[in-house]
Formats: sequence, structure tokens, C-alpha cells
Amino acid sequence: MIQDSLSTAAQLASDATSQRWQPGLDAVAQSEIFASGREGSGAGAALALALDAWRHREREEGEEAEDRRAVVWVQTRAAVKRGGRPFRAGLPQEIRHRLIHVLAEKDEDALFALEEAVRCRDVAFVIGEIVGSPRALDFTASRRLTLAAEKHGVPLTLVRLDGTRDLSSARQRWAVQAAPSARPKWNRQAPGAPAWQAELFRARKHPPGLWRLSEDAKALVAERETSLPARGEDTKARSHSDLAGVGEGRTKVPNGKSPSPGPVSSFGASVAILSPDGERVLG
Amino acid sequence: MAPRRILSIWLAAFAIDRWRLAEGCARGEGADAQPLVLIAETAHGPRIQATNSAARNAGARIGTMLADARTLCPSIVAVPGDPAGDLAELEKLAAWAMRWGPWSALDPPNGLLVDVTAVAHLFGGEAKLLADVHHAFTHRGFAMRAAIAPTAGAAWALAHYGPDRAILASEDDMEARLSDLPVAALRLDGDVLTVLGLKRLGELGTVGRDALHRRFRNRKSPAANPLVRMDQLLGRVPEPLLPVVPQQVPLVQRRLMEPIRHRDLLDRVLADLAQDMICELEGQGTGARRLDLGMWRVDGEVIVRRLELAAATRDATHIVRLLGEKLGDIDAGFGIELVRLRASWAEALPASQDDIEAAAERHGTSLSAFVDRLTTRLGSKAVRRPVLKGSHVPERSQAWQPPLSPEPPEQEAFRFHARPLKLLDRAEPIAVLYATPDGFPQRFRWRGEVHEIARVEGPERIAPEWWRERGSARLRDYYRIEDDTGRRYWIYRYGIAGDGRGGVPEWFLQGLYA
Repeated sequence: MIQDSLSTAAQLASDATSQRWQPGLDAVAQSEIFASGREGSGAGAALALALDAWRHREREEGEEAEDRRAVVWVQTRAAVKRGGRPFRAGLPQEIRHRLIHVLAEKDEDALFALEEAVRCRDVAFVIGEIVGSPRALDFTASRRLTLAAEKHGVPLTLVRLDGTRDLSSARQRWAVQAAPSARPKWNRQAPGAPAWQAELFRARKHPPGLWRLSEDAKALVAERETSLPARGEDTKARSHSDLAGVGEGRTKVPNGKSPSPGPVSSFGASVAILSPDGERVLG
Repeated sequence: MAPRRILSIWLAAFAIDRWRLAEGCARGEGADAQPLVLIAETAHGPRIQATNSAARNAGARIGTMLADARTLCPSIVAVPGDPAGDLAELEKLAAWAMRWGPWSALDPPNGLLVDVTAVAHLFGGEAKLLADVHHAFTHRGFAMRAAIAPTAGAAWALAHYGPDRAILASEDDMEARLSDLPVAALRLDGDVLTVLGLKRLGELGTVGRDALHRRFRNRKSPAANPLVRMDQLLGRVPEPLLPVVPQQVPLVQRRLMEPIRHRDLLDRVLADLAQDMICELEGQGTGARRLDLGMWRVDGEVIVRRLELAAATRDATHIVRLLGEKLGDIDAGFGIELVRLRASWAEALPASQDDIEAAAERHGTSLSAFVDRLTTRLGSKAVRRPVLKGSHVPERSQAWQPPLSPEPPEQEAFRFHARPLKLLDRAEPIAVLYATPDGFPQRFRWRGEVHEIARVEGPERIAPEWWRERGSARLRDYYRIEDDTGRRYWIYRYGIAGDGRGGVPEWFLQGLYA
């Protein structure tokens, strides 16, 4: 279920060239999602990715047909202040009744809670929300979490609200930003099913890439966006740059204040995906 | 099934008898020959709680002030009463009274109830059973009256107001037999019936049930409602009784030869105690839910640490680990000489076989152990589960409860409501810069940044809950919005213009969609 940590560098290299990330893969031990604290996209994408991996996990022999294990959601007080608490009526139907929420006053307490949660055998997956890049979450702490999650097979998704891309041992690192949703069939003026622009900027098994993630009925849909050239080289160089823009193409736009032409033109190839029905996205 | 038979015992002069037995004198002799009262201190001075027969003859009555009784009889002797001791003694008597039946219950302040269903033949019939009871209590020096009846209410009434050693057979006409008893036999608080002119139980039937029901319709407690009491007396409605079951709290302790001052020694003692406690709990077939660890210091101080567990457990290492976290800040002073561990709350936990399947061999802690560890370190408020609560207002429609307690039954939220993934603790005001004629904002500022709204759905109107809120609360019009970069929010307008409940309506942002 979890990657074998002893795979050789050659294997890793060949994996990296051959296998692109796609939904439906097994969960990785620890993934990180960078998102802005002004939007709910970080938690939303974390839940979507974790649920997708949970649905596709390999079933063990003798396992019950219905997985009734709890889902643990750890938040620091600062994260609650910035992005609010989980709201039961808005949670995905599958986890509404088995969510356990942990509110930690300090970052250290949150890390303790996360580690205890991944060690628990009655937990399906764990979601953590931490604001910024606290001192307590250094490489050692991150490695500790990864090892615990790998050992016990409980996947952990850490949402870093307004964090910087510092050193971490997470197996997959994403930068997520809200994307305009597809228009619903019956009310075209209403917001649709949630969609995110997700950049996988560091992964152990996969090459980096940019996706448009969305959720339709019961499944995660990922469409690949191809607008960013030569992403392999400058991932490191950009890792300390501003987080708000996912890619260079987006950062050139004056933050969406001008109406439609900005983002659409800079994402030339992605226009078709952003608005499948051929309409202007904004308007 | 044999009909219920309840034995009611009334210790008529219980407090005085207890005092007399403690003094060691027979009734009416020695100290008891003088007029004597037991008193309780009240805000207005000492009040008489119990009197002996000499004091009664001298004019002292229960409930009067001691000063008033002294004017009638200056030689009266006043002794402080001991209600707590009386209750403890009564509990002991209740356990002792189980010699006549399988269970007994307290009837404070001075009575006992024993279930003697289908046991009378062991004593040679109910009359002989009553004689045995009488003999046993008289031998112990208590004045008493007893009666047997099919219900607790009837037995109580007969013991207090009926003939001595009354037996009400189950085939008797209860209403006829009891109709001559005074209304006080109904066990009511205060004389609510004498003000209506009713003096006997039989007269209650002449008034009419509907009239009585209307008169006492808002008295829910049985002790205030004569109809409920009457029905309990006649066995038409059940009367729950709380039986006295002797219960031993598992307790283990270590007296230490040398007072200990160091943590590692204390940890050793704690491990031993936990091991002993596990043996104790295993013997009872229970698991600990709450543990009290008391540490007595040589200088007379007691340090107490309390541990609550999410589920009943008999895991010594788990207990030691959790208690160890609470011992970080104790001050041993000159040393600790006695350590005691008490399971003040234990729940049934049957012995289970160790699961030897491969799945159970996986490492990792159980969910209850996980919850315990978190609550020990982060506090009990930190680990909770969201549950539904009956309310339309979003922030009130969700409650938080401990993670392992069962979910209360509630109507599930509507599926067609698209609710946000996260809700802010407190809705934040937004500044609307430009609103469309339709009423929803086109551009707003939140936390210092301007959002341009691209798509809107709404309004969904949620009316204020007038039964909970003040009258000035305004309605809310909720909108789901998406801004031009795809960020999705839940905003609402508080009130509408011209609703007469304040000025221009304000806008708030309450939720963040995924």
C-alpha cells in the first residue's frame, strides 16, 4: 500500500519518467498541500485526494466490506481562525458520521496529535491543517510523521495554509488553488462542483505536473494542463518564490482584477478545459 | 407469574432510637427518661427534628423552634441531630433487610422497602414473615411498623397509617381497603389535598378524575401530583425503585516503608499499582473509566490526579502511560508515603479472548487509546465530533460531543442543500463595494482583498428562530458565490431594507466552500 522505501535510485528514475500521477493510485504515506488561507480549496482538495486514495486502496484479506474507521482532522487554533472548522452538513457523505476533530492550541500539539492519529489502527486517514511554516515543523518532524505513517499504513495529508515550500519529507507536495467550476446543467449562473488547479511540484514516484482537479459524482477527475513549459528545471528555483501563483503563467496576471482576458489567454491550452461548453469563463 | 409483594418498614422513631442506642440506654430509662429533642441548626436558630416520648408529652413537636419548646418545658435537653449518620445507618439496615427478600430499597428518611415476592413461604407465610421482621427490629432496639401489599405505595400507606402488621392480599379490593386512610398516605409534598377539602383516600374518587387532572395538570413530579400517586398506590402505573446493591469500588494502595521523592521510584510504584488494579478489575469483570490516584505526603498534604478514559480499559501499560503524563508537575516535598489508586467509575467489560487473527496482529493503537492520549495532553475539549442539532441557523445546527459517545437521533440535513465545507467560528463582516439591482453584491472586500463575483446562487432565506433569539434578530439571505478566480464562499445579508429592525442590512461571510 505504501511505497517501498528501499527502492533504488534507478527504479525511482525509471518510475519518474514512465509514470505520471493520476487519480486512483494508492495513497502515499504523507502528502502536503499548500493553499491560501483565504479559500477552502486546501482542505477541499486534501479531502478529495485522500478520499480518492481511500476508495482505491488495496483491501486486505478478511477486511470488512464497509470501512467504518474514523477520519481524523487536526487543526491548530490559528488554522481555525483563518479558515473555520469543518461543517458537518458540508462534508462528503461518506465521512460525515465518522469524523473526529482535534483542535490543538499549539503547533507542537498538532504534530503530536497527527503522529498519534497515524499510529492508530482504527483510523482510515488523517488530515492536518497548519498555518504558515512553524518552527516545530522542521525536516525532522516531517520525517518522523512520514515514517510513522509508512509504518502503520495510515495516510496523512497535511494542509499548509499560507506556508512557504520549505524542506519536507512529504512523498507528494501539491500547490492548490481554486479554479472556476464547471457550470451546472440546470442553473448556469450558479457555482458548480468544486474544482482546483493543482500543481504537483515534488513527488517521489511521479514527475511534476499541473492538473485541474474536480469532483463529479463519487470520483475525482483530473485533467492535465500542459501550459507550463520546462517545469522540471525550475521547480527548485521557484520553490521559494511567491506561493500565491501556481505557475508563471498565473503570476503574470494582475491577480484577476481585470475581467476575463488575463488568465484565459495566459493558459492558452487550458481554455478548453476551463470552459468545456465554449463559453467565456468569467462574465 | 406471582403478583408483586412489597414489604414496607417504617422506623417510627429512627433518629431518637439511633441516639438512644449510641447512649446505650433502654427506652424510657436513663438519659431517655428526661425530655430530649434532636435539633438541626437553621438560619433562624435551632429547630426540632426528633423528640422522645417524654419531650412529646411535655409539648415539644417536630418542626417547631427549640426556643418555643423551651417556653413550654424549660428542662428540655437539646442534642444536635445527625442526618448524614442516620442515612448511612439506614443504608446498612437496607442491606441487612435483604435477609427477607432479594432486593431492598431506601425510603428516606426513615423507611425501607423490601421485595418479598414469592419468598413468604420460606418464613411460613406472610404473617410469620411480618412477625419475624418485627422481632428482628425490636431486638435491635428500633420501634417499627411494617406492612405487606402488592405495590410500594400501598405498603407504605398501610405501614404508616394502617393497622399494625397489615397485609393486603393481592386478591383484595385495594381501593376499598385503603379508602379510609388519610390523604397523607399518598406521600405528597405538602397538603395539596386538604386545601381542597379532601381528607380520606376514598373521597378522591368522588371528585372525578378529569377535575383532578385539570387541577394538577402542570405538576409533573409524582410527589406533587395526587393522581400519579394514587395510580402508583393502586398499581396502575409502575413506580421505579432504586434497589440498594452493595458495591465495592476497586481500590489498591501501597504503603511505602521509605517515603519516596523521585520520579522513577514513583513510576515503579505506579506500575505495580496498575497491575494490582487490573487484577482487581478482572476479578469483577469490569474496566476502569475513571481513576483517582492519591499520593499522601509525609507533611500531611494529599496530591490527587484524576484520569478519565474514553472507553473501559484493563490495559496496565495504557493506564501507566496516561497517568505518567499527569505526574510531571507534582511536588513530592519531603516524600510520599502512601500511594492509592481507585477506580471510582468502572464499567462492565467482559473478558475477551486475544484476537489472534492476522489482521489484529497489526501494530497500532485502538481508537479509544488514541482518544485517551489526546485528551490527556490536549484537554477534554480538544477532541470532539460534530453532530447534528435541531436548528436551521447554520452555526447552531452543529454541536460538538465526545468522539466515542453515541450520536443523538436527529433529522439528517437535506441532501439538496449545498453547504460549505468549513464554517467560520464567527461570521465576518464584508464591505460591499458595488451591488447589483437584484440585491446581491458584485464586488466586496473581505480581509483586505477585493473579490469580484462571477457566479451567484440564491437567495436561500433562513428566518430567525424567535423561540431562541431576541425579537430584534433579523432574517438572513444566504448566497453561494464564486469569484472570478474560482474561490467559492457562502455569504449572507443580515436583514432586508425596511424590515423595521435596524438600519441598512449588513453583509457577512460565513463559510468557505471546497
